[in-house]
Amino acid sequence: MGECMCQEGGVLIFPCSGAADVGDLSDRVARKMAQCGQAKMFCLAGIGAHVPGMIESAKAAKKIIAIDGCQVLCSKKILEHAGFTPISFNLKDLGFEKGTTQVNDENIKKAATKISGSKSEETSSRNSGGCCGNERHSSLCGR
Amino acid sequence: MKIEILGVGCPKCKQLTANTEVAVKELNIQAEVGKVTDIDKITDYGVMMTPALAVDGTVVSAGKVLSKDEIKRIISK
Repeated sequence: MGECMCQEGGVLIFPCSGAADVGDLSDRVARKMAQCGQAKMFCLAGIGAHVPGMIESAKAAKKIIAIDGCQVLCSKKILEHAGFTPISFNLKDLGFEKGTTQVNDENIKKAATKISGSKSEETSSRNSGGCCGNERHSSLCGR
Repeated sequence: MKIEILGVGCPKCKQLTANTEVAVKELNIQAEVGKVTDIDKITDYGVMMTPALAVDGTVVSAGKVLSKDEIKRIISK
């Protein structure tokens, strides 16, 4: 049997991954949170494209987090357009300004910690685990 | 009608397969029930959570073990 994907819907994270520095930061924050097992990173483009497999997979999530780099809130809006109600984070609200944000380890960790700390109950990952014991860790590594 | 169960073969995938086969039998319809276990093929469908169910190439459910009745409702549409 190959790698099982039967992990029951935990927390899915959708960064806007925009072209600006804050878009880049959103992407790296999402990857950091995914690496630490706090959420599973998902493809926002697949939702925007209305790929049935992506939409149905997202429906299985317990919680959906949108991380946007700026007030345009593309990730939040794409998810809402597809019928989801994400927990929304705007990096601007967390102190990261478009055009003056450095995408470095310090800021990635700072943003990830703020997101995981903010509304911690909403964003916490308490996956029930799949059928193969593939439970994820919920702590943010390096926090 | 072509019905595919997408999953690498874990107990949940097997349960969805069994439920699908019962649903098809009870509806008494002509349907080919197959399995897609290759993870690359599964992700080609855009599925990130299994088990998933596809009807005539379109994913209609993912990350859930649908009951027999849920499957009957979906394939009766």
